[in-house]
Amino acid sequence: MKLTGRVHLYGANVDTDAIIPARYLNTSDPVELAKHCMESTDLGFGARVRPGDFIVATTNFGCGSSREHAPVAIKACGVAAVIAGSFARIFYRNAINIGLPILECVPAAQESQPGDTLEVDLASGEIINITRGRTYRAQPYPEFMLELVQAGGLVEYTKRRLAAQQHAVSDSKRV
Amino acid sequence: MVMTLAEKILAAHCNQRHVAPGQLVNVPVDIVLANDITAPLAIKEFRRLGVDRVFDPTRVVLVADHFAPAKDIPSAEQIKMMRDFARAHSTLFYDGGDGIEHVLLPEQGLVVPGDVVIGADSHTCTYGALGAFATGMGSTDIACAMATGDIWMRVPPSIKLVYRGKLRHWVGGKDLILHTIGRIGVDGALYAAMEFTGEAIETLSMEGRFTMANMAIEAGAKAGLFAVDRTALAYVKGRAKRAYVIHSPDADARYETVEDFDAAAIEPQVSLPHLPSNSVPVSQARGMPIDQVVIGSCTNGRLEDLEVAAKLMGGRRVDSKIRCIVIPGSRQVYLQAMEKGLLRTFVEAGAAVSTPTCGPCLGGYMGVLAEGERCLSTTNRNFVGRMGSPKSEVCLAGPAVAAASAVLGRIASPEELEA
Repeated sequence: MKLTGRVHLYGANVDTDAIIPARYLNTSDPVELAKHCMESTDLGFGARVRPGDFIVATTNFGCGSSREHAPVAIKACGVAAVIAGSFARIFYRNAINIGLPILECVPAAQESQPGDTLEVDLASGEIINITRGRTYRAQPYPEFMLELVQAGGLVEYTKRRLAAQQHAVSDSKRV
Repeated sequence: MVMTLAEKILAAHCNQRHVAPGQLVNVPVDIVLANDITAPLAIKEFRRLGVDRVFDPTRVVLVADHFAPAKDIPSAEQIKMMRDFARAHSTLFYDGGDGIEHVLLPEQGLVVPGDVVIGADSHTCTYGALGAFATGMGSTDIACAMATGDIWMRVPPSIKLVYRGKLRHWVGGKDLILHTIGRIGVDGALYAAMEFTGEAIETLSMEGRFTMANMAIEAGAKAGLFAVDRTALAYVKGRAKRAYVIHSPDADARYETVEDFDAAAIEPQVSLPHLPSNSVPVSQARGMPIDQVVIGSCTNGRLEDLEVAAKLMGGRRVDSKIRCIVIPGSRQVYLQAMEKGLLRTFVEAGAAVSTPTCGPCLGGYMGVLAEGERCLSTTNRNFVGRMGSPKSEVCLAGPAVAAASAVLGRIASPEELEA
């Protein structure tokens, strides 16, 4: 699937308090969370962001708390994917689990400018900066991550696992 | 094959003789944890799984501590959802005032050496102090683990941190970890397991070790571990609710990197806004004006932390320009602090003493900052807007610097009160 959108550019260590301040965590409603996405450090983000846009950042994106509300808020803003040089560990898992596409690509993150138009192919990991005429390739997902994504996220993957176990149990009873 | 402490624990859980960094493993877990912010999302995802029970109700722990006792109606609804779920599934549940999760679980003997613990809270890594492999995850991972009792993870590479020499007076676990993050950076241990060792660690109290393991996440680490020794065994004795296994790293285990510290040269530290890695010796931060001091949290809300603070605040007054909030980390800490007269010391000094809660650490309540205010706090994060207004500031320090600063009304070294 190819996605086209504009760049919202950030630097290093964008933390989860910046993505969604804790004072709004008395709800887990994605629409409510989206209203406050990035507001502590980039007050204009909510007004600027359009469905299909990309968040691009340098290193350690999503550091800090384990709040899944962070990728939920980004996704609910309509952001199509986050592209960063590196991601904090828990954010990476959370984004995969809730179905927010994320791509690791150092040069794409370094060379993008705010407002650039990118075309991203999630399947191949190809990132084209249309504004600058540059093409990049993101780190491919680890194989297991790809399985999770293809299964439709961790919940669907686990459902299948549980069903298979159930199956195995009832088979062994029959024997 | 030689293994690090993290590798030993994971291998034992996976029934494998050996695991190596990068290997993908499905790990049975001993405890699955969530709090009042992360549990509601986990419960929603758990329901989507279509299962009717948790894998083991005695191993699922839900703690209302972040916005509890409830700070507003939406928070009360979240806590109620959690309580109802806990009752329906007979899981363990701790309500507002019982304690902060990472103070509570070790204290109650729910986490024991050799465990694998996952929690929907990034500071779950605290339990590494007990020789457990403990790591933070999001609500969906936790929801699935509540159903299956296991979790996939990649075996992390290990980083060894060696602290040589003896600690100076007033220097504790908080100072060591702030100094460490200052050196390696907030992503200096990204995806890795930190293994803390050395002479200064051997003589460090359990409280100091919990503090250090707690902040492993602030260096991006997946876990922060200590080998079990006499200090850890003495702590576990009389608390452990289950049998435990002691794993030790092999002497010639392979580490991605080894960081060496001259612990005797480390001064009390202060991390300046807005990253934990902005740590400097307190002598360089001395004199900075502050409006509030917070002493507490999953990082520094244990009895020893309050004892250190009380030693400096006893017979003195909190400076009239600032407010000081003291939050014991659990009901047991609260009671012990009461019996030892520490709470009286704090109240007489002019501090506000609160029931256990995460409260101000994440800008929830009980000490939220206004625009332009600066807080010196024994908590773990000083990100923009962490404790309130996006135009407020947080500096991090240990309880000694916090108490001295409360008395002197500005960032201060504890030594200034001894002069």
